[in-house]
Amino acid sequence: MLDFLWLIPILPLAGAALNGCLGRKPPKALVTLLNVGAPLLSLLVALGCLWEYGHGTAQVIEKAYYAWTAGPLAIEAGFRLDQLSAVMLFVVTFVGFLIHVYSVGYMGHEEGYRRYFAYLNLFMAAMLLLVLGSNYLVMFVGWEGVGLCSYLLIGFYYDQDFPPYAGKKAFIVNRVGDFAFLLGMFALIAKFGTLQYSTIFKQIQEQPGLVTGPYVGGFTLAGFVALCFFVGAMGKSAQIPLYVWLPDAMAGPTPVSALIHAATMVTAGVYMVARTNVIYQLAPGVSQFVAVIGAATALFAATIGLAQTDIKKVLAYSTVSQLGYMFLAAGLGAYSAAIFHLGTHAFFKALLFLGSGSVIHAMGGEQDMRQMGGLRKALPQTFITFVIGALAIAGIFPFAGFFSKDEILHAAAEHGQWPLYAVGLLTAALTAFYMFRAVFLTFWGRFRGTPEQEHHLHESPPSMTIPLWILAVGALGSGWLGWPGKHNWIASFLDPVILHPAGAQAAEHAISPLLLGLLALAVAAAAIWYAWKVYGDDLGTEQGEQWAARFPWIHDLLVHKYYVDEIYDLMIVRPLAALADFFWKGIDGMVIDGALHTGAATAKVAGEVSRFSITGNVRNYALYFFLGVILLFLWLIF
Amino acid sequence: MEVPIQWYLLLAAALFAIGAAGALTRRNGISIFLSIELMLNAANLTLVAYSRLLAVRTGQLVVFFVLAVAAAEAAVGLALFIAVFRQRHTIDVNRINLMRW
Repeated sequence: MLDFLWLIPILPLAGAALNGCLGRKPPKALVTLLNVGAPLLSLLVALGCLWEYGHGTAQVIEKAYYAWTAGPLAIEAGFRLDQLSAVMLFVVTFVGFLIHVYSVGYMGHEEGYRRYFAYLNLFMAAMLLLVLGSNYLVMFVGWEGVGLCSYLLIGFYYDQDFPPYAGKKAFIVNRVGDFAFLLGMFALIAKFGTLQYSTIFKQIQEQPGLVTGPYVGGFTLAGFVALCFFVGAMGKSAQIPLYVWLPDAMAGPTPVSALIHAATMVTAGVYMVARTNVIYQLAPGVSQFVAVIGAATALFAATIGLAQTDIKKVLAYSTVSQLGYMFLAAGLGAYSAAIFHLGTHAFFKALLFLGSGSVIHAMGGEQDMRQMGGLRKALPQTFITFVIGALAIAGIFPFAGFFSKDEILHAAAEHGQWPLYAVGLLTAALTAFYMFRAVFLTFWGRFRGTPEQEHHLHESPPSMTIPLWILAVGALGSGWLGWPGKHNWIASFLDPVILHPAGAQAAEHAISPLLLGLLALAVAAAAIWYAWKVYGDDLGTEQGEQWAARFPWIHDLLVHKYYVDEIYDLMIVRPLAALADFFWKGIDGMVIDGALHTGAATAKVAGEVSRFSITGNVRNYALYFFLGVILLFLWLIF
Repeated sequence: MEVPIQWYLLLAAALFAIGAAGALTRRNGISIFLSIELMLNAANLTLVAYSRLLAVRTGQLVVFFVLAVAAAEAAVGLALFIAVFRQRHTIDVNRINLMRW
């Protein structure tokens, strides 16, 4: 089965391509068969490969399909299956397939059904290329491919004003990060002449001195590459200061938010940092920076999430916040904890997004939680699965989030990074609060929407509820893979991927996970209890609004997301627009067009003047001719 | 007695001048044509005169070519004027200003 590794990304790619060959108006069932079938086959092949990999003895499967050499540079188009890409492969194909199934129900009434599935298949192909690539270039190709699909799917409703704008914003903000990613790759090529993971990592592991010498601007090569890659990850994985595109990305269809902007694409940055762990371990300064940015993002986004009223916006900020957790873990050197949280997050966040999609579907497109309430009676299945997802993200035992978040907080404590631990714990409390605020506002109390909406309320079709249940099982059970202590399967499974170069720092303190776990659990439970006190009654947001009225400026700051978009607009967008305006009107309009117009005007005036000599009268022409002949003679004679 | 070469040349120059003046001043297409023929024949006269003076036969030969070309030109030119006349009912060159801007 491992010989068919290449089929895994090719199948969805073929699905996307064949989607365009179905003729002008293919029946919906045919599109469904093709574009849900392709990810299903891809999932089956992936499961087969994982089965064989799990039962084999080889740690790393590397397949090269094409080698491209240019002088000293050798790039392979190849795939690599090791413990890290195995975890990613499973998450991407499994969650991806479920979301395809869900989309059949959710997008069923949409005009662009076929276009949607073409993009979604293309996304799967790019994402699988990203996780399976055996070198940074293949990863980069996938990285750009998912960026493109993200842009296409955010702007899916292109006939409205906001979605295309949000798509462009996502694409442009990501360019900043991609530029840094490219710089990092160039630095690696200059040093090693290859981008192959296995070659580079082996050399670094054996001779850490290769990358720890001074390189540029006070950075070592390891530090420079690590920083560049992290800036790339900031863009893709929505970290401060490049997170601004992710909340706006909610303009796309909800299953897209679940697949791309929660479960898979945005975690690509975490995957990249974990993949590059050997370099990060040799750059302790940059690693600390990663951890601090991660913690700051986690707290920052969680506070914004407190004041959002749009159910998808709450989940979007929650995603930014959870990604911050993953980077906190990666920065602390707890790479397996980061990947563990990535996996559990993929389950419970996809579940929450799909649940919110089910709610929005039932509410006829309404996303404002102030218009909802009491939906647990009309949408029992959505309600139960959503609560499971909320318990998982809040970190309640025995749901998945408890284990993965605990791993991260435990890592912070073990490294003696108490400020980061405190930020993580505070974020956990805020997360539990805003998630259960969303749960209570949506499902408890009495219905606050219009009578027409109330009449229309209905549970979603099975194609939507079955994926919810499957993801709910994942949100409950996937955490058990990381049971603290020596039975931690995920940590021991991922251990071979974490390459410890000589001289890397080990943990400072050994701290009992039990105590920390109980503390985190108590904090989360208290936050949920407080959310119940404020939002659990029939009054909806009233009590919350009274509470907010006591701190008007804090509330204002949170509702306006700390005015970050406005600040960026003032500091970056407007100066750039003014500069572009200057180049457009000043340089292009006056100088370049001016030169052209002057030339044209000169020719025109010359024509206007000389046209009086062209009378159309044959005798005049004969006279010119005669005079010319005389002149010629005069010239010949004298 | 021999006629001096100057006489031939003066006659040819006079013919050429009359032809040029006619070609430039006449408005009737046919008249312009006749004037051009005059100029051609002035040239022919010069050729023949020099041919005799220098006792070379080439000049007289060339004259035959010129006559042939003149005849062909007259045929083409007349055909053109007939075509123009059919279109515009005039061969006044001041009014045939098709190429004017």
